[in-house]
Amino acid sequence: MLLIHCPYCREDREEEEFSYGGEAHIVRPLEPEALSDQEWGDYLFFRKNPRGIHHEMWYHQTGCRRYFYATRNTVSYEILETYMVGEKPQISAAEAGQ
Amino acid sequence: MKKYSGFSLFKNALSYHENWQKLWRSPKPKSDYDVIVVGGGGHGLATAYYLASVHGITNIAVIEKGYLGGGNTARNTTIIRSNYLWDEAAQLYELSLKLWEGLSQELNYNVMFSQRGVLNLGHNLQDMRDIERRVNANRLNGIDGEVVTPERIKQIAPLINISRDCRYPILGASWQPRGGTARHDAVAWGYARGADALGVDLIQETEVTGIRRKNGAVVGVETTQGFIGARKVACVTAGNSGVVAAMAGLRLPVESRPLQALVSEPVKPCLDTVVMSNAVHGYISQSDKGDLVIGAGVDGYNGYGQRGSFHVIEHTLQAICELFPAFSRVRMNRQWGGVVDTCPDACPIISKTSVDGLYFNCGWGTGGFKATPGSGYVFADTVANDHPHPLAAAFTVDRFNSGALIDEHGAAGVAH
Repeated sequence: MLLIHCPYCREDREEEEFSYGGEAHIVRPLEPEALSDQEWGDYLFFRKNPRGIHHEMWYHQTGCRRYFYATRNTVSYEILETYMVGEKPQISAAEAGQ
Repeated sequence: MKKYSGFSLFKNALSYHENWQKLWRSPKPKSDYDVIVVGGGGHGLATAYYLASVHGITNIAVIEKGYLGGGNTARNTTIIRSNYLWDEAAQLYELSLKLWEGLSQELNYNVMFSQRGVLNLGHNLQDMRDIERRVNANRLNGIDGEVVTPERIKQIAPLINISRDCRYPILGASWQPRGGTARHDAVAWGYARGADALGVDLIQETEVTGIRRKNGAVVGVETTQGFIGARKVACVTAGNSGVVAAMAGLRLPVESRPLQALVSEPVKPCLDTVVMSNAVHGYISQSDKGDLVIGAGVDGYNGYGQRGSFHVIEHTLQAICELFPAFSRVRMNRQWGGVVDTCPDACPIISKTSVDGLYFNCGWGTGGFKATPGSGYVFADTVANDHPHPLAAAFTVDRFNSGALIDEHGAAGVAH
């Protein structure tokens, strides 16, 4: 069971209150119709899926009902930071020695 | 390889069973192979076996970072069925089921394949409509199946609760009598023994750390035992597929998630079939040892931890206790997780890649065990001919760019 810190509610809450939004910081193409099938498929489906540091989206479903970001280790499950939409992560895979 | 038979059993009994031949050699890796299979689980070993037995390619190494069959092959709930909705998936899983039916004989190794039948329960009107549609689709594909009533379900699995006075009453089920279970370890060991006898080198405790390329083509793999050359590299690494793909500079449309299972203390025979329910989310069978084997769902988030969240198994056991009130007193013995590579359309990827000589067989998600023989068979064909096997043609990675997805969430959602 993860304890996740919601940066909006400023509380550590149990994992069951949240739902997962997948890889973070994927920029939606401004002109989807201008993309090739290759680029559109890559945007929709292809993911980094790293073993280690992962920036990901979480949704505080039964709390404030807002999306935020987390930097989590996908092997140890340690949550290194959570931050609000619009903010940048403080920790990257390179800084964590990976 | 010495053949197993009644006679060999008698002969070895005379020497107190101390002189049985080892199942496979443990060779040092050669400097160069025609094909390297990365990953020594069921699918990888089956791939190596069929490359050698069907395609006559025997200069093969299977490179496994741990021990053979020690990943998801050892962690699944061993359920086998082929009642998938769409033609492409149904035909692939049915090929697999047909191979299962002759597998013990072919490998001369008892994989304990038991066609005890699989029930997929429906709990509401929409479930029943979906079940009828799926059974009809199966029958058009030549796959056995029927829609059964609660009374018939009670005959098949007498301990089940078909009362209308519960939160999710059972309204019916699909019933595939040819489905069942097999002994998961034996499948890996049987394929390993068969492949080894045909000259395949099984190299354990050796991790692939890089994929070396030259001019857009594979030339070999870096391992913890040094560089090993190969003309073709076939990756069958399940939950770690994304990690291996990244070694070749590729991304895959997969996300790795922990999937949990648990077994109870052994009890007397009480459930001689497989019962699954998508709606309440649980599936259960009884092993030959007597343990109730229960499968839970995947965690909601990516993870490589080979463990899962407690609330996921709690949810599954609530469902099991509602389906089988008698099991509420059974104590659970062990619980574990395996890392599965889930695809957006709940179907596998059996594919060439943009790197010449590099192939991936992955994305089986929560339901790969049942496909072990068929997966190995079509992937071996794809690797040998550098062209997709007809039954694998719909499962290339290109479908995520063309949009030709095969949405099997309905048939694969829970049913692992």
